[in-house]
Amino acid sequence: MGQGFVSRGFRGRRRPDAEVADRIPPGQYLTRDFPVLSAGPTPRTALDRWDFVVRGDVEAPRRWTWDEFRALPSETVTKDIHCVTKWSKIDTVWEGVSVDTLLDGLETSADYLIAHCDGGYTTNLPLEDVTGGKAWVVFGYDGDALEPEHGGPARLLVPHLYFWKSAKWVRGLELVGEDSPGFWESLGYNNYGDPWLEQRYAGD
Amino acid sequence: MGATETVGGGQAGRLAWRLAEVIEIRDETPRVRTLRIGVPGWRGHKAGQHVDVRLTAEDGYQAQRSYSIASAPESPWIELAIERLDDGEVSPYLAGEVRPGDTLELRGPIGGYFTWTVDDGGPLLLVAGGSGVAPLMAMVRHREAAKRAIPTTVLFSSRSAGEIIFRDELDRLAAVDPSLRTVHTLTRNQPEGWTGFRRRIDAAMLAEVAGPPHPGEGLLAFVCGPTRLVENVATDLLALGHRADRVKTERFGPTGT
Ligand SMILES: Cc1cc2nc3c(=O)[nH]c(=O)nc-3n(C[C@H](O)[C@H](O)[C@H](O)COP(=O)(O)OP(=O)(O)OC[C@H]3O[C@@H](n4cnc5c(N)ncnc54)[C@H](O)[C@@H]3O)c2cc1C
Repeated sequence: MGQGFVSRGFRGRRRPDAEVADRIPPGQYLTRDFPVLSAGPTPRTALDRWDFVVRGDVEAPRRWTWDEFRALPSETVTKDIHCVTKWSKIDTVWEGVSVDTLLDGLETSADYLIAHCDGGYTTNLPLEDVTGGKAWVVFGYDGDALEPEHGGPARLLVPHLYFWKSAKWVRGLELVGEDSPGFWESLGYNNYGDPWLEQRYAGD
Repeated sequence: MGATETVGGGQAGRLAWRLAEVIEIRDETPRVRTLRIGVPGWRGHKAGQHVDVRLTAEDGYQAQRSYSIASAPESPWIELAIERLDDGEVSPYLAGEVRPGDTLELRGPIGGYFTWTVDDGGPLLLVAGGSGVAPLMAMVRHREAAKRAIPTTVLFSSRSAGEIIFRDELDRLAAVDPSLRTVHTLTRNQPEGWTGFRRRIDAAMLAEVAGPPHPGEGLLAFVCGPTRLVENVATDLLALGHRADRVKTERFGPTGT
């Protein structure tokens, strides 16, 4: 439906510049702000009570305190991000620990993981989407500490999927054999969320 | 919140784009317009859900934005309340250019968390900033259509008296329904004799309006509006002792009051 449909009198004023046009997925527009999307209040966990855990289908769970986590090798990456509410932001700069580093040397038969967050949020991801240099647990944004409303002290960053998969306030990764939907995925959002295929909602 | 609850309200499969007709347009304030839209094959919505609207230019360029449904699920059409941002792309079109009889492309209803039905009960605290009142109005209208006297307080922040969206309807409903209360705050200009609040919503105002945390599950709060307002109100409600899992938020973006 909508084939050949034109909205009478609509011209549009956010056509992306030619040099970035191929970096904006369908239905998205470029923003200069950093809008916020979350379902409830922003949790605030004190750093001395913060830890990060890798558990589930692993021989021995791994746990880091904040100081231990910050002592892990970190990297600075520049990525384009795409929110399901339609905005995209290009060349965002993040600092954090690669998920490869967190899972390094781990033996597992799991194919999926569930990210667990303060506030009870979860999101599900195939393991292959967070390994091989595709995902980070970030604590820095644009040269500063990540602010709580944007997911600080630390959030997941999985920039090739819609941004709700980059779970805010992340505290752990649970490796699992079978996929099961997380918070937004249970509420009608797409299970995978590829912005280039415009997989916003269930069935897309 | 089961895995079976889809955005489409239960039916599986892709949420299709539909062509819908603008039936009627009402000016709510100088900057906010209600569009009443007839959607063929619409299967209804839950109060709090939104639709995605997609505009297409002659050359094929498209823009999509989300708009909350402000009408009750009981209505045969849907209504959107759209605030015109003059330098925006989609809102000046919807709240300016569009005329009755025009066709819009949309899909929905979307959203399974920021929703309320009378069976969810209360007491309800609905906190709105500007056009953030839209999904909360759907809740008020649903409650009214279902004739359920669930104790409800609307705390509504607007810039000035002339910019209070749905003011007459809210006042009219509250006048005949003792279980519905509307409290206004005006952040920029207050008319002479204004007896409501005169500042941005803060913890003291929330404490005064919402009272102490209720026993049991406590009140159920829905907060919607510009990001800054939503952040502050949600944080203040927790600090006042309300339960995090009973405070639901929807952020319209960085603009507004
Ligand atoms: C779930 C949800 C429900 C919503 N419900 C409603 C509703 O019921 N009513 C309502 O009015 N709104 C609602 N919104 C907001 C709505 O989706 C739009 O964001 C809003 O209408 C602005 O869109 P726009 O295209 O007019 O402005 P945009 O073009 O998106 O611009 C928004 C603002 O950002 C600035 N801006 C962004 N990018 C640029 C740029 N490249 N150049 C210059 N300036 C820029 C502009 O100054 C402008 O003021 C909702 C949003 C969400 C996520």
